[in-house]
Amino acid sequence: MSVIVFIEGDQGTVKSSSKEAVAYAAAMEQKPVIAIALGTYSEEELSALGNYGAGQVLHVSSEQLDEGAIQAVASTLAQAVEQHGAHTLVMAKSALADAVAARVSVLIKASLASNVVALPDLSDGFRVKRSIYTGKAFEEVNLTAERRVLTIKKNAVAITETGNSCQVEAFDPDLQQDDFKVNITATDKAAGDVLLPEADIVVSGGRGLKGPENWQIVEDLAAALGAATACSKPVSDMEWRPHHEHVGQTGVKVSPSLYIAVGISGAIQHLAGVNSSKVIVVINTDPEAPFFKAADYGIVGDAFEVVPKLTAAINSAK
Amino acid sequence: MKILVCITHVPDTTSRIAFTDDNTKFDQAGVQFIIGPYDDYALARAVELKESLEATITVLHVGGAEADPTIRKALAIGADDAIRVNASAKDAFYVAQQIAAVARDKAYDMILMGRESIDYNGGQVHGMVGALLNIPSVSPVMKLDVESGVAKMVREIEGGTQQVEVPLPLVAGCQEPIAEWKIPNMRGIMSARSKPMEVLEPIDAEEGTSFVRFELPPAKAAIKMVDPNNVEELVNLLKVEAKVI
Repeated sequence: MSVIVFIEGDQGTVKSSSKEAVAYAAAMEQKPVIAIALGTYSEEELSALGNYGAGQVLHVSSEQLDEGAIQAVASTLAQAVEQHGAHTLVMAKSALADAVAARVSVLIKASLASNVVALPDLSDGFRVKRSIYTGKAFEEVNLTAERRVLTIKKNAVAITETGNSCQVEAFDPDLQQDDFKVNITATDKAAGDVLLPEADIVVSGGRGLKGPENWQIVEDLAAALGAATACSKPVSDMEWRPHHEHVGQTGVKVSPSLYIAVGISGAIQHLAGVNSSKVIVVINTDPEAPFFKAADYGIVGDAFEVVPKLTAAINSAK
Repeated sequence: MKILVCITHVPDTTSRIAFTDDNTKFDQAGVQFIIGPYDDYALARAVELKESLEATITVLHVGGAEADPTIRKALAIGADDAIRVNASAKDAFYVAQQIAAVARDKAYDMILMGRESIDYNGGQVHGMVGALLNIPSVSPVMKLDVESGVAKMVREIEGGTQQVEVPLPLVAGCQEPIAEWKIPNMRGIMSARSKPMEVLEPIDAEEGTSFVRFELPPAKAAIKMVDPNNVEELVNLLKVEAKVI
């Protein structure tokens, strides 16, 4: 019996959230686990997963799977679980993992828990804690089936690096034409940016920035911190920034170590997307902005003066 | 064309979240319930497509009679009829099996719902329904059009979007900006009163989880304010105290 971890990548590089998922599984099992990666990767990239607790990596090297065809990925994972007699499938929460996890759970008759925030309690069955009400609460549930599928949120576990590398083996799933009914005709992805859900630091801008032409100060601060950029809903609604940067109740939910909000008042719907962040910094001209109540550090001041100074201070402190 | 839109009945996004009975029950005091915002997008898109696709829209909810006003609102927005499966929604797998049972019986071309509910945020039901019916499921869908039996969709991925084409039937989990939310007009509200609402008893179905308890996050410590002319102090706090940079 073992645990399988689904690895996702970005152009051949394993995502940091997938490394966290391997570390999570290894910490849960107290022994090395099996990872499975689909699509184009170098052997070196995959064997490095040993460093996070993988004992073996299954590689399905099919270009057909590079873009993440939902059904084909689900079928592949189900077959890996069956062939390796795995009791649990772990994946980092992502747009693809969310879509895939539910399908796999039906295929392998598993209990499914999404948005898991901590290691399971195995003292009496299999109990997990998951985030609900858009980060405003948690629930504990017992997963009652003999198999489970977990999607885990960022920062659910501290990573321990082992210094090991591991074997990579080819895995050849039996995929049918039906598995490719979802025909991916184009993928449009910003290259080179830090992916928002992956980012350990996020710098986010709101209406207080007054227009898309003023985003340079946000981007400069993000660059100084190695952070991803994000925005509030009005900003994405007005198309100042693309929708995939919108953080909030109906946008991306982030749980970085540091979230810096610039010119965002902090409506409850925005807070719902960021309240799992470890540390929140708010910069706003209005001392009454509700965001200050949810923040750890605050500066009342004009973003156009404060943010460039902050960027300079970070650069000079390096 | 037959479209099924599955809706949740959830606390308004501004609700204060609290629990009673030793953290085992959601405190409904003063809470307003609404159609799940993502489900509302799915419904709005179905209503937009209704005319061009010559579609009928059925709205489906798995839950008790307390959701009937929410279901009526969906009818007022533009659904033609409604089905309520009279069961307490125990978990995602239980709900998915109820939806799949209705869908098997009535053969819908498209099953639309929100990408996730805003109470449990599972994001699980659309994929489960797709797998149970052995048809494609796609989520989160930001654009949806149908041309000669093929759905053309834009799906959000990390850092961008993906265009996909899927032959019907299919399940889609929807999100903005797939459509503008619709506010029911007076004529819609009046006509909703006479639209058919069928109440079905649930099928026997298993659950995959059993609930233990709720928990609220620990209260945040008081904020530390930093002088705008001394941003170096903030850098120092983030480095030394918070240890996040």
